[in-house]
This record gives sequence, structure tokens and C-alpha cells, in this order.
Amino acid sequence: MEPTIECVDVVAVMGGFPVLAGASLRADAGEILLLQGPNGAGKTSLLRVVAGLLPVHRGEARVMGIDLVAEPRRARTHVGMLGHANGLYGDLTVTENVGFWGSTVGATAAEIEAAISRMGLAERLADVPARKLSAGQKRRTALACLIARRAGVWLLDEPHSGLDAVGRDELDAVLRQAAAAGATIVISSHELDRGTKLADRVLTVRGGMCL
Amino acid sequence: MKRSRIAWAIASKDLRIELRSRIVANQILPFAAVIMVLFAFALDSDSVLQRVAPGLVWMATLFSMIVLVQRSYAIETEDGAFDLLRLSGLDPIGVFWGKTLALVVQLLLLEILLVATAILLYNTTVSGAWIGGIGFLGSGWVLLVTTLITATFGLAAVGTLYGGLAAGFSGRETLLPLLVLPVVSPVVIGATRAMESAFGTAGAVVSEGWSWTGLLLVFAVAFGVGGSLAYGPLIEE
Repeated sequence: MEPTIECVDVVAVMGGFPVLAGASLRADAGEILLLQGPNGAGKTSLLRVVAGLLPVHRGEARVMGIDLVAEPRRARTHVGMLGHANGLYGDLTVTENVGFWGSTVGATAAEIEAAISRMGLAERLADVPARKLSAGQKRRTALACLIARRAGVWLLDEPHSGLDAVGRDELDAVLRQAAAAGATIVISSHELDRGTKLADRVLTVRGGMCL
Repeated sequence: MKRSRIAWAIASKDLRIELRSRIVANQILPFAAVIMVLFAFALDSDSVLQRVAPGLVWMATLFSMIVLVQRSYAIETEDGAFDLLRLSGLDPIGVFWGKTLALVVQLLLLEILLVATAILLYNTTVSGAWIGGIGFLGSGWVLLVTTLITATFGLAAVGTLYGGLAAGFSGRETLLPLLVLPVVSPVVIGATRAMESAFGTAGAVVSEGWSWTGLLLVFAVAFGVGGSLAYGPLIEE
């Protein structure tokens, strides 16, 4: 089976400095992969390469079989990346936020409703403006947006930051659920205990390489 | 994914946010009206106001447009949505036209208010009959509407392009006017001259205004095409 994400000996340069020095990574559909390592090791850079944000200087990188060097924009349509911000419009409700991202890919109303339900937002929160949500609810809404725009690859940079214990547990539950539904999830996190419990596999990144 | 669908999704999202937040209705439209009133106080002469009314309408439009463009990108950068738009692989031409169309709608509302204010406050009048009698192209109203539409598309295209560029910089609030105002000076000149003809200011006749709308159309097409091509690379950088 073809891997969802495949990076082979990727070298990437930012501001004249090498940030990845031959990193290789492979992830399959339905897998949760944790990237761990010290600050500056190259975890976020690796996520940015897979997201098509950081050009591949040397090596090969593919997402869903699409060459990131040759067709970065087409590859991006399959990828959703969330950092510390959620990318929500505060004046729009949960349904409108998810509906907006769904409408950009022609998602049906049923698909949008399903995305909201999968994140446990349908009952009380569907009509609540995003700015009135808690941090955990915002994060779940952002993930519902990824589902609505049919992103099969989720790249999450420190997804637990800013969440309380309940929010973190909720997030882990929805990530497991998403992976079970076929999403490939790559997480960069400093929280090793929580991350290793959540992930199917842990990859250590150090000095711009995956060990 | 169809470009038109992306443009529609972006435009309807931007307009829905404005309807919900009422920033345009409660802050920007009153701001524009206050500018017109202050001009009236500063100049304090009916004859002078009637002479300069078209220029004042477009100056007030420009000042308010800067605020509208900043608002259009503030909603994108507030929680990092603009980064997601850039990352999503959506066709940037669709994004550009979506944001441009939302600005066009808001600017047209603003301009209608400003023209109405000029007519009420400065005692200006529009030349000629509505359409009948003196022929379609002889109507000041037809020239006025054509001027508003062509000038607005040009302004909105420039605002969207440079707003997207400035959105990535710190100090964007002060950078945007510096980038936009010099570029739109042909629109101000052309739209003012065309509106002078529509108003019959200082003996100007309607037929003289059509050549200026030609300039506005060329500007709108140039920045519509140029903006479509440049927007993707600009926001990616």
C-alpha cells in the first residue's frame, strides 16, 4: 500500500541555514505519528515541508502520491495544518465556519453536518459564534473544518498547548476517532507522556534528521 | 475545484461576517459621513462645496476604503485564518476575486451614501433626465452609475492586492495607505472628472465624462488581471 506521506532524505533550507539535513518519514492512512525532539531539532520544519510551505531543497517528498516539489499546491489540498491558532472566524458560528471550508471544496450539507457531529459539536454548540467557545471547543471546531475540506493528512504543531486537562482528553479522543476513520495524523509535541499514549508510532527528530 | 465557487464562498463569508459584526454599518459608514460633514464645515461656502463635491466624495471614499481593506484582512489574521487560506491550496485567483467582490459590495454602499450626502448637504444635482428624453449616454445618472461601478472595481482590486501584501507585515496599518493611495490616484482623478460631468460642475457636460470612465475601465481591467496573476505569489511570500 502506498504511504500517505513519504519523505526520503529531505534537505530543507530556511534563511540560508539548513533546517532539515536528510530527514526521512513515512506515515500510512489511519496512523497517528508523534514527532518528538528538542527545540530547534526540525520538527516544525518537517511539518512545514509536508504542508508544502517549506520547499524541498534536495530529496523526495510526496503526499497522497503527489510530488511536493512538482505540484505543491495540489498536494496542499489534501493537507490541513494547525499550529497555535485555530484559523476560525470569531463572528461566524461553528456551523458557518465549518460550512465555509466545506463550501470551498463543494462539500454537501450532509458532509458538513457529519463533520460537526464527528467532533461532538452538533448538539449545543453548532449555532454558537466561534469567539464564545472555550479553547478546547475552538480546537475541535478547527478539526471539523479540516474534515469538511476533506483533508486526509492532519499536521498538528503542539495541539495540546493552551488546553486544560479536559480539553486535552477531548482532543485525544477526537484524534483517535479521526485516525480510525482514515485520517493520517502527524503531531509535533513536547508532551511525551500524553503523546506516546496517543500515537501509534514515535519518531525522534534531532539535528534536522529523523532517528 | 471551480474558481467561481471559491470566489463565491470567500465573498459570502466576508459579507456575512460584516453583516454579523456591523462594523461597516456602525463605524465605517458613519466615519465617511462625518468626513463629508467636516468638509462642509471647513469650506463653509455653498458655491465652493458644489464645485468640489465630486472630489470630496472620492477623497472620503478613499479614506474609508483604507479602513475597509484593513478590516477585510483583520478578520483573516485575527485567528490565523489567512495562513490556513494560503495553506489550503485554494486557487489564489478565486480568493482574490472573492475578497474583491466583497469589497465592491461594501464600497458601493459607501459611495451611494456619500453621493446622497453630497446631494443633500452640498446642494449638488445630477445633470439631465434619468434615461429618457435626452438619450441613454446623455443622462447624468447613467454616467454617475457607470463611474461608481468602474471606479469601485478598480479600487477594490487594488485594495485586495495590496491588503494581501500588507497582511504579512508588522505595521500593516500604516503601510497600507502608503502602498494604496499613490496607486489609486488615476482612479481619483478619473472618477472626480467623470462625476463632475455627471453633476454638471462648473459647466461640465455629461458627454465629457465618458472618456474618463474609459480610463476607469482600463484601470479596473489592468488591476483585475494584474491582481489575479500577482495575488498568489504575493500572499505566498
